[in-house]
Amino acid sequence: MKAAVITFPGSNCDRDLSVAFARAGAEVVKVWHKETEIPAGVDVIGVPGGFSYGDYLRCGAIASRSPIGQAVADFAGRGGYVLGICNGFQVLTEMKLLPGALMRNAGLKFVSKPLSLRVTTTDSAFTSAYEAGQEIVIPVAHHDGNYQIDAEGLARLQGEDRVAFRYVENPNGSVDDIAGVLSENRRVLGMMPHPERVIENAQGGADGAALFRALTSVLESA
Amino acid sequence: MKARVHVMLKDGVLDPQGEAVRHALGHMGFGGVEAVRQGKVIELDLAATDKAAAEAEVKDMCEKLLANTVIEKYTIEIA
Repeated sequence: MKAAVITFPGSNCDRDLSVAFARAGAEVVKVWHKETEIPAGVDVIGVPGGFSYGDYLRCGAIASRSPIGQAVADFAGRGGYVLGICNGFQVLTEMKLLPGALMRNAGLKFVSKPLSLRVTTTDSAFTSAYEAGQEIVIPVAHHDGNYQIDAEGLARLQGEDRVAFRYVENPNGSVDDIAGVLSENRRVLGMMPHPERVIENAQGGADGAALFRALTSVLESA
Repeated sequence: MKARVHVMLKDGVLDPQGEAVRHALGHMGFGGVEAVRQGKVIELDLAATDKAAAEAEVKDMCEKLLANTVIEKYTIEIA
């Protein structure tokens, strides 16, 4: 299984994300933002956290229109798997690969702490190793994680079982406590919390490891 | 030709920064500020000389980059 991790200027979780994929057994290639193609044989793209292009204009806006951004969108359009974490989630909503938008936290403060999440659906390659309703602890670190979507879009996400994770205690004002959402084909996941920061107990927890393990095992058997 | 784009959050979308400004104004003694909405102004210098063409081009820029139409609205002035 081969994973590509994109590095934009200002990305700062690309190394952690690469390690998380590698520990789960994936071969990892790093892809610089000026490249225009995803390397051949890639099964999943990771769009990492950070502050791509300094968060200028809006978080994720410039990255989503960068040369590699188009290649990521094309990859997803062909049915490829994409995981966007934190700034990566913002990038995927700006690309319109995922619905809704991420706004400034309702409390205006940058929130950086471990939080309990509830796994809302196990029906995806990302969440199949968790149990439905399982509580996991994953850290968040963001200023713009307030997920908003119109009522019609929210009803659609709920009706199609596309909310992947919900906060047990809402840290940022997100509608319906949403922490992560899936695309219509369930192959694109965007989430604000950082599973790549909790893949082994030395990091204070390992609840994120199952996400990468599940992804690797689904894609290896595909 | 110059274009000025105003980007604002859509009506009904909560503006936490505007709310913080409203609170601060209240603390400073500016009573009676019932609402504050904060937005952006983007100025562009354009090579175009035709006003209609410039406006159409800037509208395209707004739809594709300058505004996130999921949560934001925009207005364009051409001068």
